[in-house]
Amino acid sequence: MALVWKDLVVELRGREFLGAMVAFALITIVTLNFAFDLSGSEREASGAGGLWIAFLFSGTLGLGRSIAVERDRGTLEGLSLCPVPAGAIFLGKFLSNLAFILIVQVVALPVFAALYNLPALRPLVLLIALVGAAGFAALGTLFSAVSASSRSREILMPVLLFPLSIPIVIGTVRVTTLVFQDRSGEAWPWFNLLAAFDVVFVSLAYVVFDLVLED
Amino acid sequence: MTGGPETVLIQLEHVYKRFDRTVALRDVCFSIAAGESIALLGANGAGKTTLLRTLATLTRPTRGRVLAFGVDAWVRKAEVRRRVGVVAHQPYIYPELSCRENLLFFARMFNVSGAEGAVEASLRRVGLANRSHDRASALSRGLLQRLNLARAILHAPAVLVLDEPDTGLDVAGRRVLASLIEEQIARGGSVIFTSHQLDFALDMASRVIVISDGQVEVDRQRDTVERVAIINMLAGEPLALVSS
Repeated sequence: MALVWKDLVVELRGREFLGAMVAFALITIVTLNFAFDLSGSEREASGAGGLWIAFLFSGTLGLGRSIAVERDRGTLEGLSLCPVPAGAIFLGKFLSNLAFILIVQVVALPVFAALYNLPALRPLVLLIALVGAAGFAALGTLFSAVSASSRSREILMPVLLFPLSIPIVIGTVRVTTLVFQDRSGEAWPWFNLLAAFDVVFVSLAYVVFDLVLED
Repeated sequence: MTGGPETVLIQLEHVYKRFDRTVALRDVCFSIAAGESIALLGANGAGKTTLLRTLATLTRPTRGRVLAFGVDAWVRKAEVRRRVGVVAHQPYIYPELSCRENLLFFARMFNVSGAEGAVEASLRRVGLANRSHDRASALSRGLLQRLNLARAILHAPAVLVLDEPDTGLDVAGRRVLASLIEEQIARGGSVIFTSHQLDFALDMASRVIVISDGQVEVDRQRDTVERVAIINMLAGEPLALVSS
């Protein structure tokens, strides 16, 4: 938890990327609001897609900087020297990245609900937002560390992250669409699949993070 | 601390490190005993930093082994890291946090008991008690280096690994550094450090290791080596100039 506290304080004082993440999510939601035909029968699916495009792309902004900032400053070495398993460093970074994405969601969801006239503030949608964000943050934290030492990390990070995020993207869009369509009963298999992906991604990243941090 | 002056804390066994085609360390063997203050000297690019990073478990040897406190340092990294304090070229300090917050963060990461007290003591020790609530970004280079030293001693490590710790320090800062090294030795710990300030290095060292092209060229007790011989050797003169 010390690492999560540190990351939150550093970001709130330094304003490195959280403001950009929120702004990007809001701009995406507003832009897609004009791009999509929201009067037809596909309103729920378009809305769910737009919502998760906003979360994923804005999340990538923050995730990309998460480890890169530490490496640029040399503080990643300082973290590596702490007598804790590398997996614990991953968990700390994962939780702080998740917190940043959740902050974006807290700001963006009411705006989305108002613009798209969809029930985006239902408890089940909030739960989906949490579970979807967790899987994305787990993968993003891992690939942020993988790409942080690369000169072309701004390219490498999304190239690695987006293909492997496809199960999360499909799952979150599908389950959110079902909830928007008042078919929550059908959403649970997708929701369970998302939760399973979260467990797999977090466990995998926890195990391999030591290799990623090593010089 | 672990024992008397003959207790070996760290031992390097035939350590090699290769970066692509460059061999940074070649068959490096030596040990660090409790109570020793070792000046690691050498020209730029000789391999000093790689050697210190290897000791600090930041760089894995390509071949050979680092034994620290009786265990393989790369098998039980966390155990070794708990007992080593490191100052590297870059300060492991967050500019957005205050001096106190920076140390408190590392105290928690090192699970230091009585973290608050340890932080206050470390800040006092390096002369930053009156700046404890200032953000690190407001510190000068020299004061930042003092904060970096405070971070390194926070968990009372058995071995201090210091890579050019005097960088940016003024006269007062260098006195703080000297007293930290002396205290570390007095309480039975060890220090291995590099410095381009040869007078400072030789004044603080009980033992001198000179490396060249990744190999240990000289490994002697400080009082068996002439200062001028070391200077000449670092300037490229042959080993024979070192007195026996």
